[in-house]
Amino acid sequence: MVLRLVIQLCLGIPGRVEEVKGDEAIVSFGGTRRYVRLDLLDNVSIGDYVIVHAGFAIQVLDQKTALEMLEMLREVSGE
Amino acid sequence: MRFIQEYRDGELVRRIAGKANELLEKLGREVKIMEVCGTHTMAVARHGLKSLFKKELDLISGPGCPVCVTPDSGFSMVFQAAEAGKALTVFGDMMRIPLNGRSLLTLRSEGFDVRVIYSPYDALKMAEREPEEEFVTAGIGFETTSPLFASTILQCKSRGIRNLKLISLFKLIPPALNKLLEAEDLEIDGLILPGHVSTIIGIKPYIEIVKKHGVPAVVTGFEPVDIVEGIRMLLRQLVENRCEVENEYSRTVREEGNVKAIRLMHEVFKPVDSEWRGLGLVEDSGLALREEYVLFDAIKEYGLKPVETIRPSGCLCGEVVRGSKKPFECSLYKKVCRPDNPVGPCMVSSEGTCAAYFYSDSGR
Ligand code: SF4
Repeated sequence: MVLRLVIQLCLGIPGRVEEVKGDEAIVSFGGTRRYVRLDLLDNVSIGDYVIVHAGFAIQVLDQKTALEMLEMLREVSGE
Repeated sequence: MRFIQEYRDGELVRRIAGKANELLEKLGREVKIMEVCGTHTMAVARHGLKSLFKKELDLISGPGCPVCVTPDSGFSMVFQAAEAGKALTVFGDMMRIPLNGRSLLTLRSEGFDVRVIYSPYDALKMAEREPEEEFVTAGIGFETTSPLFASTILQCKSRGIRNLKLISLFKLIPPALNKLLEAEDLEIDGLILPGHVSTIIGIKPYIEIVKKHGVPAVVTGFEPVDIVEGIRMLLRQLVENRCEVENEYSRTVREEGNVKAIRLMHEVFKPVDSEWRGLGLVEDSGLALREEYVLFDAIKEYGLKPVETIRPSGCLCGEVVRGSKKPFECSLYKKVCRPDNPVGPCMVSSEGTCAAYFYSDSGR
């Protein structure tokens, strides 16, 4: 389980930013909290979902697009 | 977890796959789609996605596993650094890579200092904590990884950390794709492009390649919904006779990519010709440290030399990496070469094609 989670973190799953401290954030992955570097992004805020790769946030997930996309998929794939 | 579970909805996955199968039927022929990225290969295997599609869809794995595309000559320098008594830090994936019958695990058991890191920043912290020690870190990865190392080097510079040096073996995806599509024996109908490399580089670098070779492409995320939707979008392009770069993973991949990450990467590294397992030498497809950062260049500072090795006979790693052979076509697959006794990197990396086939047993 632990190993699986570590592997998944490498794969860049989104986690929720809980605290921002200078160059670092505390990010929660379904309850597991980790320090994440913010060097590659500007303007990260609490509540953002970030994609993390090897300890660095590489992008902020666009929540609106994510939800619209799901809506669209549910619609077009409907019976 | 939010933005993960929704994209793993099995019912939705099956429905999208159904739509894709309708498109396959319309095409009425075999369709060869390459997933460039090793993480896609693993996800396809882990979620059993192949079984959702009609047999006319052939999914082949491309050169998107960073450890697998690194040639033995690259690994040889990593091994040399440890043998020269440096404290070597590597990602866990590297530990069991076989080279001349040894691995970094073997070296560690022989008493050499080899440490696994999760992030390049871990290496920086170690170097800061142990100023007497000389640290070397192995830079293996694509555009997703090199900016992290660039920013770690910049941090070292500004904090005055001088005891951490890098073996830069980084590779760039677009030049490799270009070279791959030039090969005449592959005949790929479409490309599933890597989601996280594209998160950094954006969409633009692919446009010319797709036009030049007439192969449509879709930048795709890593959850099951993403992958089946990426495949459906590709099939739709084929049905409608279009040839574009589309973006399925728009919640993460912006048109322009991550501009800051690109800037940091170019500040620290410059493009150089680079040797790929399976593809050979590819022009401007690797990254070396710029002159201004030579202090951090382990290859130059310690005079590391790439040494060629003779691959075990029968090994098809090169062909598997470029997608021209499937793992089960290798005579060593499963018989000699297994995750507990790997003959090639494709069997040990968590993104390796042979490992993906082994674990999912989709190798027939
Ligand atoms: S089965 Fe082993 S030797 Fe054969 S191609 Fe795969 S990794 Fe290489």
